[in-house]
Amino acid sequence: MPSKEGAVFELVDHLFRHESGRLSASIVAIFGPGKLDLIEDVVQEALLEALRRWRFKGVPDNPRAWLTQVARRRALDALRRDATLRRHEPALRAWIERNAYARAYGELDEQVRLMLMCCHPSLPPEQRVALTLKLVAGLSTSEIARAFLITESAAAQRLVRAKRSIRESGASMDMPEADELRPRMRSVLETVYLLFNDGYSAGEGDDVIRRDRLEEACRLGAMLVRDERTASPAAHALLALMLFHASRLETRSDAEGGLLLLEDQDRSRWDRGLIARGFHHLQRSAAGDELAAYHLEAGVAAVHARSASFDETNWHEIVSLYDMLREIKPGPVVGLNRAVAIAMDRGIDAGLRELDAIGPLDHYAHADVVRGELLRRAGRATEARACFEHALTMPCSKPQRMFVQSRLSMLPAG
Amino acid sequence: MPKFMLMLFDNPADYADVSPEQMQQVVQEYGAWAQQLGQAGKLAGGEKLTDEGGKVLTRNGTGVTVTDGPFAESKEVLGGFFIVNAESYDEAVEIARSGPHAKYGCATHVRQIDAV
Repeated sequence: MPSKEGAVFELVDHLFRHESGRLSASIVAIFGPGKLDLIEDVVQEALLEALRRWRFKGVPDNPRAWLTQVARRRALDALRRDATLRRHEPALRAWIERNAYARAYGELDEQVRLMLMCCHPSLPPEQRVALTLKLVAGLSTSEIARAFLITESAAAQRLVRAKRSIRESGASMDMPEADELRPRMRSVLETVYLLFNDGYSAGEGDDVIRRDRLEEACRLGAMLVRDERTASPAAHALLALMLFHASRLETRSDAEGGLLLLEDQDRSRWDRGLIARGFHHLQRSAAGDELAAYHLEAGVAAVHARSASFDETNWHEIVSLYDMLREIKPGPVVGLNRAVAIAMDRGIDAGLRELDAIGPLDHYAHADVVRGELLRRAGRATEARACFEHALTMPCSKPQRMFVQSRLSMLPAG
Repeated sequence: MPKFMLMLFDNPADYADVSPEQMQQVVQEYGAWAQQLGQAGKLAGGEKLTDEGGKVLTRNGTGVTVTDGPFAESKEVLGGFFIVNAESYDEAVEIARSGPHAKYGCATHVRQIDAV
């Protein structure tokens, strides 16, 4: 027995969660997507065995190898119990004998293929995200429920449906053929983007879980670009976009949890390491002839990341990026952001004209907030007040509400 | 200094729906506790017992009957134990109370080891 004083209990962050994803990928690759429930049990049991042992004995030198070994044993037990799994025995034996060197590439490959499977186009987007979170990211049903602000039974239902869709669609973990890979990658990137946006957009919900989702989205994005088959220019662009946004996460709210706009953020606290990685992937995204919305959104984020101060922001460049983005991704959200950029570039009046051109956006508090803010800056306090007050009549998150209230208090009494 | 045995009982059902992230949290809390005890010179050892519940030998007239351990019938399973150095039962109980098992486990039995 190692001396207790010397026992090591330190674990790398999220080891259990990431191991859950890694092991699931390996076992789905062997037993197939028809056995997702059983695979979840095998992985859960292996992790629990670690929990029970490590409490008393500390963490072994190589916890990942330890877990792999236990999971392999558990998978073998499952195979002995379930006759329908017998035909997978050679594959399971091969996994058990696979050495550490082969594992390094094999695992990345498996996790990417598992993601491609979870993002099968026959699944509606919310099922894809839920299944990806469960299988690849290792979140529990209750964590998924908290992530989506739905009840636990609704989350469980969603997962049950997702697994059924997978079975019925005949989705497999085979790497799609080249002509099928491109549309599938669109779905994968969409899923990662959704996961990221959900974590990023200030809304209600558990802060820690939100940050987790964001980190997880970045991790999945990084995984995709590490595999040459999935490292498309759009994948690099999406990763760049996420890294730029993640770099500002800590500066996005004040001590009370209120929203801070770019203008009011402390740029010295932006994470330079993440920004550098963002530029690296933005550069890689330029290879090839593909221009995805992610490229343009990453481009806008890069302009901000490059500017030493808010006043030095190259709004002209941002407007032209939004011009292009509007072509690819028409819609009120892009329109709103473009109007703000135009206001900064050509003056408030020009921005307001753009806003009018978008037309009324019902049930969207953000539109009123933007208009109110532009009017406030133009010194048109009465109109600004009306916009902010109207925004408060619509559903909006707590930080948004706090933001609007603080803006209202900045207006001269009238 | 007297030694005490802290026997940590679990209810396996408590761990039925624990997320991987929570498992990590649990391991880290036990680890931090054991490390702290170790640094204070309070920890004399610890072992985990295997999960199957063991065997029970019962005297029966002329011989003994061997049955499977309590795992099958009972909800409480002895998961493992720690040996701690403490001045008194009070201190040993305090040590047990300060640990994560008070939060996660179903029971802890504290027994003094008879040194005589």
